[in-house]
Formats: sequence, structure tokens, C-alpha cells
Amino acid sequence: MAKIKGAVVVNTERCKGCNLCVVACPAEVLILNKEANSKGYNFSTMANPDDCVGCAACAYVCPDACITVYKVRV
Amino acid sequence: MTTNDIINPANLVYAKAPIMNDVPMHYCPGCSHGVVHKLIAEIIGDMDMQEKTIAIAPVGCGVFAYKYLDVDWQQAAHGRAPAVATAAKRLLPDRLVFTYQGDGDLAAIGTAETIHACNRGENIAIIFINNGIYGMTGGQMAPTTLGGMKSSTSPNGRTVPLNGHPLDITKLLAQLDGTCYVTRQAVHTIAAVRKTKKAIQKAFENSMAGKGTSIVEVVSTCSSGWKMTPEASNDWMVENMFPAYPLGDLKNE
Repeated sequence: MAKIKGAVVVNTERCKGCNLCVVACPAEVLILNKEANSKGYNFSTMANPDDCVGCAACAYVCPDACITVYKVRV
Repeated sequence: MTTNDIINPANLVYAKAPIMNDVPMHYCPGCSHGVVHKLIAEIIGDMDMQEKTIAIAPVGCGVFAYKYLDVDWQQAAHGRAPAVATAAKRLLPDRLVFTYQGDGDLAAIGTAETIHACNRGENIAIIFINNGIYGMTGGQMAPTTLGGMKSSTSPNGRTVPLNGHPLDITKLLAQLDGTCYVTRQAVHTIAAVRKTKKAIQKAFENSMAGKGTSIVEVVSTCSSGWKMTPEASNDWMVENMFPAYPLGDLKNE
């Protein structure tokens, strides 16, 4: 069976750490980073990149359009 | 396959719409405005109308929308966006003209302009962000504030004897003969975001087809004004705003 693998790229400087992508992710891939960006926000980051299926749920709900999503069939 | 192998333009699923500028938005973390801006950018791109769009900005948090979406904007006096949109659409009928307004703008100071533009059936689309509060000025009570809801000018909660009933202006506008499409949506989940995108697209298409005024209300959060986290704001909205402002089409002709 074909497996789908995804990856997200977060524009860390644009991210405001609102946590909505973390809540929206069905695979619990994202968390807020312990480090902060130059504005002091804990930006979103992939904690479990292997679980990402590229569904783009995080990107749809992101209010600041900081998430780019990629998906590939392997 | 590693993450770096997947990150390749050929595998792109979702990216920021090109009509949206790179400048970071001034909205608070988790603000619904950003999602609606994104949807508008995507729809204008899909319709290939970037060069033929005139958007009318309100007074309120949305006032800076002209910085974020790369289309022509005109900022209107507080609440007067539908009047300015009327002029723009009548003078340039081949343009896509829409207003982007909040509840303090559309449902309070601009009530007359909103009702008369809708009653005349101007061929414009109205995007109405309803978070039940004056967000920009510090969380004061708006006409749409719910009964019992706390705001900086109703610290013990809104009461009917003192403040009157919450104004469901979208329901009011659905009664007018000039409106062709009146709907209420939200952007708190992926499904809701998709539905809102379809609703705004339909409103824009109605405007171009000359069918009358379309209103898309987006029930939104104001985490700063409500003094909650963005996540808690979404839950509070589902629990409290949706019973008062139920989602769905109020009119679709």
C-alpha cells in the first residue's frame, strides 16, 4: 500500500505562536518550540516529522499564513 | 525518505497565496482576521481578478488590510464602507468590489449605510467579521455583544434592561429584497475554513453576476478582547457565540 509522507515548513519569523496549528494537527506532529523568534514568540515546529501526512490542516487554520506543506507518495 | 527530500516544490500542497504580501500582519496571535485575509487572497487568485478588484477597508482592526492583500484598496470613514463600495461598483461595474468590515463598523456606526446598500441591492459583497466586541479600541461592548458577555464597558456582563438585546444584523439583512446571498460561517476548524472559502467565492461571483448584495458573516474570535488563549477563544465561540449566531445560509437566491 502506498504510504503518504508529508512535511511542513514554518516561517518562524512570521509565526506568532498562537498554538492553533498544534491543536488542529490530527497526527500530533507540531509543538511550540521552547526557543523564541526575534519578536519573542515560541514558534511552531515539527516534533514528530515522521508522523506528518501532509494533510495541511495546520496550514488551513494558521491565521498568519506561515505554514507551507509538502506531500509525497512513497 | 527524509524531511528534506519531501520539501521540494514538486511536492507542494499548500503555500501562502501570492496575493498576500510578505509583511507580517499586526493582528494578535490566533486572530480570525488572518484566516479570512488568506481566503480572500486565495479566491481572488483563483478567480484571476487581482487587477480588477477594489476592496473597501473599514475602521477597526481590519483597517490595515491594505498592507496585507495586494489589490486596490480604499479605506472608508467609520461604517461607511458600503457607501464607498456603492460608488466604486457603479462607476466601474466590471470590477469586483467588496467591503471588509467588523461588527463595530458594520452593525453600530454603519448600520444605516449597511441596511440601505443592501436594500438598494448594490452588486457588492460584504465580508462581516463578527467577534461581538470592539477589538481595536480595547474590548468595549458592541451591538453584537452577547447577553451576559463581559467587556471593558460591561464588566459585569451585558444585561437587557441596561444595554438592550444583541443585534443579529445578518438576520435583519436577510429580510431585505436587495440581498441575494446571506450566510454565516466561521473559521475555527478546517471544515469551517473550507465552507467559508466557498461562501466568499459565491459572494464574489454574485457580485460579478449582478445578482445583488451578498453578505458573508464570519463568526470570529478576539482572544485579546475576550482575555483568553486563541484555543480557549475558539471553544468559547463554539459554546456561546454559535447558539446566538447559528452557522449556515440565511438566504440563497
